[in-house]
Amino acid sequence: MQYQLKINGESRTVDAEPGTPLLWVLRDELQLTGTKFGCGVAYCGACTVHVDGYPTRSCQTFVEDAVETEITTIEGATDKVAEAVQAAWREKDVVQCGWCQSGQIMSAIGLLTENPSPTDADIKEYMYGNACRCVTYVRINEAIKLASQKLEA
Amino acid sequence: MTINVSRRGFLKASAAGTTALLVGVNAKGVLAAGSTASAATDLNPFVKIDADGTVTVIIKHFEMGQGTTTGLTTLVAEELDADWDAVAIDFAPANTERYKNLFFGAQGTGGSTSIANSFMQYREAGAAARDLLVRAAAQKWGVDTSSISVENGMLTSGANSGHFGEFVAIAATLEAIEKPTVKTPDQFKLIGSEKLHRKDNTGKTNGTAMFAMDVNLPGMIYAVIMRSPKFGGTVVSFDDSGAKDVGGFIAAQVLPNKAGVVAFGKNTWAAFQARDALSVEWDFSAAETRSTDAMMADHKAMLETPQFDVNHEVPLASVAPILADAATTIDAEFDFPFLAHAPLEPENCTIEPTENGVRVHDGCQFPTFTQPMVAAVLELDPSQVEVKTLYAGGSFGRRANATSDYNTEAAMAFAVSGRKVPVKLVWSREDDIKGGYYRPMSAHRAKIGLDADGKIIGWDHRLAVKSIVKGTPMAGMVQNDIDPTSAEGVAESLYNVPNFGIGLSDFQTPVPINWWRSVGHTHTGFVMESLMDMVATQTGQDPIEMRLSMLDGGTANQARMIEAIKLVRDISGWKKGDKRGFASHLSFNTCVAVVADITVEETSVHVNKLFMAVECGVAINPDVIRAQMEGGAGFALSAILRNQITLTDGEVDQYNFPDYELLRNEEMPEIEVAIVPSNNAPTGVGEPGVPPTGPAVANAIFAQTGKRIMDLPMTKAGFDFV
Repeated sequence: MQYQLKINGESRTVDAEPGTPLLWVLRDELQLTGTKFGCGVAYCGACTVHVDGYPTRSCQTFVEDAVETEITTIEGATDKVAEAVQAAWREKDVVQCGWCQSGQIMSAIGLLTENPSPTDADIKEYMYGNACRCVTYVRINEAIKLASQKLEA
Repeated sequence: MTINVSRRGFLKASAAGTTALLVGVNAKGVLAAGSTASAATDLNPFVKIDADGTVTVIIKHFEMGQGTTTGLTTLVAEELDADWDAVAIDFAPANTERYKNLFFGAQGTGGSTSIANSFMQYREAGAAARDLLVRAAAQKWGVDTSSISVENGMLTSGANSGHFGEFVAIAATLEAIEKPTVKTPDQFKLIGSEKLHRKDNTGKTNGTAMFAMDVNLPGMIYAVIMRSPKFGGTVVSFDDSGAKDVGGFIAAQVLPNKAGVVAFGKNTWAAFQARDALSVEWDFSAAETRSTDAMMADHKAMLETPQFDVNHEVPLASVAPILADAATTIDAEFDFPFLAHAPLEPENCTIEPTENGVRVHDGCQFPTFTQPMVAAVLELDPSQVEVKTLYAGGSFGRRANATSDYNTEAAMAFAVSGRKVPVKLVWSREDDIKGGYYRPMSAHRAKIGLDADGKIIGWDHRLAVKSIVKGTPMAGMVQNDIDPTSAEGVAESLYNVPNFGIGLSDFQTPVPINWWRSVGHTHTGFVMESLMDMVATQTGQDPIEMRLSMLDGGTANQARMIEAIKLVRDISGWKKGDKRGFASHLSFNTCVAVVADITVEETSVHVNKLFMAVECGVAINPDVIRAQMEGGAGFALSAILRNQITLTDGEVDQYNFPDYELLRNEEMPEIEVAIVPSNNAPTGVGEPGVPPTGPAVANAIFAQTGKRIMDLPMTKAGFDFV
């Protein structure tokens, strides 16, 4: 079946079976491979994208439900908050293997968009659903604080 | 000799029509220079310098996050005096002869050896390249080499100045010196610098870094395998009528080794759905059908009569009479479960047909195994198998195993697909959690004899664990029947212990097992450091003072460990009677000491802060070392707190992260890492942070509750973690 999706500001037509998770449409059909597969059950957050501005697990979002929404993936994360988050991530050398980091960054952008000055507790609560097997959490939290400072400056 | 397809394809990366300087090892294994313009160049480079001045460091190890791409690049850039920001990386092709790990004699990553084995090799390659450029500049400018200085990718002599690229054409015609002079530590600018950022930072924060699962090739089909629910089962027959209702399903076939049925789909989702719709009849006659409770009982039975004496100078039988004379004894047993590595990028591999054979796209940890094993499945010569290494989304040992399991699965799937189009094999998380290659379960039993003064007079230590290397191509590691990865950490304990007998039994099971970040030390470190804490408690000694007193043998590693222990004592402000936990352990030639600060409320444990000190020789990238200590500690925490793989009648009980839960952001303690200053050759940091972390937390729990954790994970003792 054909679906019309709006991804990173562009209209894209994809051919997919109903019920296909948005994750696999992004990765396999549109080659937007910055969004990662980690668990398939919305338990690790590696597949996090923004749907209408909110961090959403693309492994649990059916393609048909993504129609008439605005989808943003890591490849399209270019606004001021995204830039501050990515710069902070590099400054703090957060990444290790990197597989979870697109999802971490998309969640962090969501957090700072909603709450530009999060406390440590706010960060830990908001980022709970993004698992990192390399355990880069200390730096993730430092980078979010740094990005927050950059945005306030 | 067959033309090395991979090398030719690899060198084509230089811009057409321009010459790039190559410095690496030639067929004789010595440093040599060459040029991309010369077809006769018989060289696999470590350094490539293009006419535009770009320096590319060829990384012979893979990058699973441990920082190898940054570390090896630092070694070259240091000696070359390159501009750090202008240095790029590329992964080496499969070529055991040229790109072997100097400690293994095989091309592969493991044992925390990447920096340690490459330290002089990559520095010398950088120094040789620098020397070539200096001589080329001297020739071009007509000046003496001694008048030339090199800094940030620029050569200067008086009024003459130019970037590296301006000299590569001349440099490529010169002979490299085989043994270049490398810098002395006081000359280091990049080694030890706090200012270098990771080389993989940008791609991993904007979604462009390419991992194996990100490979998309024209015409590619997707493969997902239904494997036996019990390890060692084989396919009798299958029915794919259910799969035929799945949109995008292509076909299903039995794998040639009958270990599973592969479902092909037009995309990953279709292949997942089709696989799940298969109905397979299995032959379990050779399969593991026990439950882990029964398997643990079988481990315990093996402790009664150990098969091998690990320490031949002190057979167990010689320890018994000494223990009989002990004033008191400490008796303890420890149980460890299977653990999954659970790299966040599940196992996957793409095989693509080429003109001469195939190309394997993989986050390839051990090309020396992958290349011939894929070749064997496809009945090709290994030279016809090109290995394209991409970033690996974690491994923790999973991607290195002696059967190259998922690579050969991909090869089998490609074979039965008809070999015409690229095939991408993908594992789901459930496949990964249920798929074996676990850290082996194990059991330990120790009896420590103390005299009337509380001094240790003898130690009877027994363990049962399945051997990782026996019966594999790595069986050469076995010495006197002992798989060193089984008893490491007990066998070469740094402590001065008299009459230390160690008995080992090799457990047998069809469950495939594998090294898991820090290998044998995952259990031996926990046991040794818990036992040392028990001795300290029993004898009323401060745990740190007691260890220091048992490390006074004057060996180099004892001296290094003493430094690490004293450093962590200082940064943590440890005091006598401290209610925190302490542990220290040597693994992979690196000493790590940990103090764990926890809060216990009834049965809820929160780890507040870990203090860690590490002695790993010269610190190449201090921030990467800290990151590996942080990550190693966090990796250990989720394991000892709550992770376990259990079997019921041979079938794995866990399925995905909800019941194999990784450490979460809010559970991560604060971590303070201190590095012992050293100019010794560097040792590894990827694994050594793991072993002492668990026992430090367990010893803290004991200090606060009096409860000794001996059956892992800790949730079995009734604790939960907040």
